[in-house]
Amino acid sequence: MSDSPYISTTNACKLCTPLGAALAFRGVEGAIPFLHGSQGCATYMRRYIISHFREPMDIASSALGEKQAVFGGGPNLKKGILNVMSKYGATVVGVASTCLTETIGDDVPRLLSEFRKEFADLPLPEIVHVSTPSYAGTHMEGWHAATAALAAQLVREKAPATRRVNLIPGFVSPADLRYFKEILADFDVAATILPDISETMDRPALLDYEKIPKGGTTLAAIQAMSGALGSIECGRADHMAETAGANLNRRFQVPNHRIGTPIGIRESDIFFETLEQLTGRTTPDKYRDERGRLVDAYVDGHKYVAGKRAIVYGEEDFVIGMVAFLAEIGVKPILAATGATCKNFKAALAEVTAGILPTPPEARMGVDFHDIAEQAGELAPDILVGHSKGYRYAKAMGVPLLRAGFPIHDRFGGQRMLHVGYRGTQELFDRLVNTILERKQEDSAVGYSYL
Amino acid sequence: MEQAIFEERRDQIHRTGDGPFELACNRDSLAGAVSQRACVFCGSRVVLYPIADALHLVHGPIGCAVYTWDIRGALSSGPELHRLSFSTDLQEKDVIFGGEKKLKAALLELIERHKPKAAFVYATCIVGIIGDDVAAVCRSVAATTGIPVIPVQSEGFKGNKREGYLAACRALFTLAGTGDVSDVSPVSLNILGDFNLAGEIWIIRDYFKRMGVEVVANITGDGRVEDVKRCHGAALNVVQCSGSTMELAKMMQEKFGIPFIRVSYLGIEDMADSLYAVAEHFKDRAPGIMERAQQVVREELAVLLPKLKEYRKDLEGKKVAIYVGGAFKAFSLIKAFRHLGMKVVLVGSQTGTKEDYEELATICDPGTVIVDDSNPLELSKFVRELDVDLFVGGVKERPIAHKLGVGFCDHNHERKEALEGFVGMLNFAKEVHASATSPIWRFVPRREALIKKGEGI
Repeated sequence: MSDSPYISTTNACKLCTPLGAALAFRGVEGAIPFLHGSQGCATYMRRYIISHFREPMDIASSALGEKQAVFGGGPNLKKGILNVMSKYGATVVGVASTCLTETIGDDVPRLLSEFRKEFADLPLPEIVHVSTPSYAGTHMEGWHAATAALAAQLVREKAPATRRVNLIPGFVSPADLRYFKEILADFDVAATILPDISETMDRPALLDYEKIPKGGTTLAAIQAMSGALGSIECGRADHMAETAGANLNRRFQVPNHRIGTPIGIRESDIFFETLEQLTGRTTPDKYRDERGRLVDAYVDGHKYVAGKRAIVYGEEDFVIGMVAFLAEIGVKPILAATGATCKNFKAALAEVTAGILPTPPEARMGVDFHDIAEQAGELAPDILVGHSKGYRYAKAMGVPLLRAGFPIHDRFGGQRMLHVGYRGTQELFDRLVNTILERKQEDSAVGYSYL
Repeated sequence: MEQAIFEERRDQIHRTGDGPFELACNRDSLAGAVSQRACVFCGSRVVLYPIADALHLVHGPIGCAVYTWDIRGALSSGPELHRLSFSTDLQEKDVIFGGEKKLKAALLELIERHKPKAAFVYATCIVGIIGDDVAAVCRSVAATTGIPVIPVQSEGFKGNKREGYLAACRALFTLAGTGDVSDVSPVSLNILGDFNLAGEIWIIRDYFKRMGVEVVANITGDGRVEDVKRCHGAALNVVQCSGSTMELAKMMQEKFGIPFIRVSYLGIEDMADSLYAVAEHFKDRAPGIMERAQQVVREELAVLLPKLKEYRKDLEGKKVAIYVGGAFKAFSLIKAFRHLGMKVVLVGSQTGTKEDYEELATICDPGTVIVDDSNPLELSKFVRELDVDLFVGGVKERPIAHKLGVGFCDHNHERKEALEGFVGMLNFAKEVHASATSPIWRFVPRREALIKKGEGI
């Protein structure tokens, strides 16, 4: 499935599967992400995540050693869960496997059912497990698989029907999630956002260290999902056999609305239309005004960005969303690249650019930064759009980088970056225009004071 | 504080003055305890990473390579191949059918593309499990390409960072003794255990140059394969960060008869003592070397001490917690903080040895908490209980300190400020001062509460 002509990978444009699962589990109230594997995995991922969010990120590990790798990691898994129960007081433990435990053949579901029997006398937490071998998929598969596991394993029966919406937002920023919450509150509808890292990964300064950061989707809210009016599942890319929304639809007939990550006016319109349809409410004026201001900004700024050639890279849903946005403002997305592979990446890019671009942008999956850079010479981009890791290439090409998505390791405030809805698009548009203006001003000997 | 501490870990914590000193260490991390440690691979990667003209290929699924891409501030004065992240990115089919073919093809492809002087191939967790013969692939590729292709047996689960250091030392040792040393001066040394973070090794090399000592190989900061091949020609090994390259020094002593001394370039005394120790070693062969060393120290201190005094005025009496990877760094930091008038109330490390902790206990003030292989729950409890003003640690400790409204000094492999040498002591004081004296602390809950009570900041 990879579009790379090379066997080796250089500067990957993806992360490993359990990282996404660990982050998703952090979005559940009272939950501890738990990696079944060697200690290093948890530590590396913590470090990587901390450098973006600048928040504590405790990931427990079964810390397998050589003996356990030979004889099986079951005892360590069980002991580790007991430890996070007693010390962290976890009410939910999200167990994600790793390449090591998948390869030695640990049967996690069986080990967990043994655990539940052995310690039936203890008040046990909910234990959710997900299979995330790092040799299959990327961190996004890990995120989606963990989200689906939460729905599949924690929602056990049909909840009483309530006026409630399930929002399965995909991997977006805490700021994005806070905005989603505001929108849902303004639609006056109860909502379950799964998972919800808006608070857990962006906490205030505190007096006491929180063993488990406050916030996250509550167990009650997760269990209420089966009685919701419907689910909105963001992200056009197809990753897996069954998403969380599809699972709830199959088992509890909760209508599932798969839409794109709402970046840009058209994708955001779909989001608000879907909400209107589900709730029977019209979009509050506040958001119509936001949309109006955004259109006004598009008009004021269109010439600055017109015809600019952009390379967009990163997670597949992020790339699709950004391409939808860039295409509608007159930027030419000349390459849409991702380290992931998913069946419908090209088709989704065609969908979000239909009627605007004569042909969809070139799409490449399973590529790394070496592949992207190699092609960039002939593509002659004006700007790169993506996370921090493209910086060295933007610098080498002498073009600016519009930082967005995850990770943002070389700038401040990645967790507060807004991408979604009219407000997020406004922020992206302002930043994009300013990035281009800044470069123009810096490159000019005149030093214009009006631009 | 009690409930934050795991029963199994009680003997890994000690408060000086509370009975005879004894501290358990060098154990496997406790499952579920969120250790701050990493793995064998991490240890190897961190030691070999700065060799700038070598190809570093991580054989395994993508995670291990991508989390270590450009992870350190290890600078190079020339090639920067080490700043790229190479992986075989093993997929499911490779795990089932074996990854040797892919490894070989990836090596040939990358060696052809980058023309490195050598290649290090890091084995990750599953490589041992699926039974890839990494050494055989390396031999075969070395024969084809004519460069050293060195397997690093760094399967993550086979221990902690220390085993990784050992694997890295073994890999380096295969290069030693293979270069021409005919022109090496009898007054020469190798710098072991310095990684040129923020250009630190250049500071140290300058001191040695002023003393008239030739540096043969940087191991590994700003390192070059050709230099490592010649390192057996040096008359002395100076070993910093004892955990990481001590084994290499021992191997070189045994095979090449090169003596080694332990040094530290952090803080005033340790930096000066290190130069004096080198001078002492060469004093018969290099007349005047001791005077030259004293001259270096005098010149540097003339600049440093007056500036340090300024910082000390504001820092006097503030309390510090130290949690670092290796214990050697802690010794130097404790001394460095004394120059700033600050009081160390907590000190710990991920991988200290029994000897390290015994030495720590003797240099710490009574009442200091000493801890091995700690975790966020413990560290945050100590920080609160001991009312720490400043925490020194790495990326994973930073958010713990910051969340609780405690100042922080980055003393890790990512740092961008040189903290070694006399100038490094000044940078260190500057950074500590910048954090500890910021006006923002009045807003954080723990200080806000005190201010409300009228107890000041």
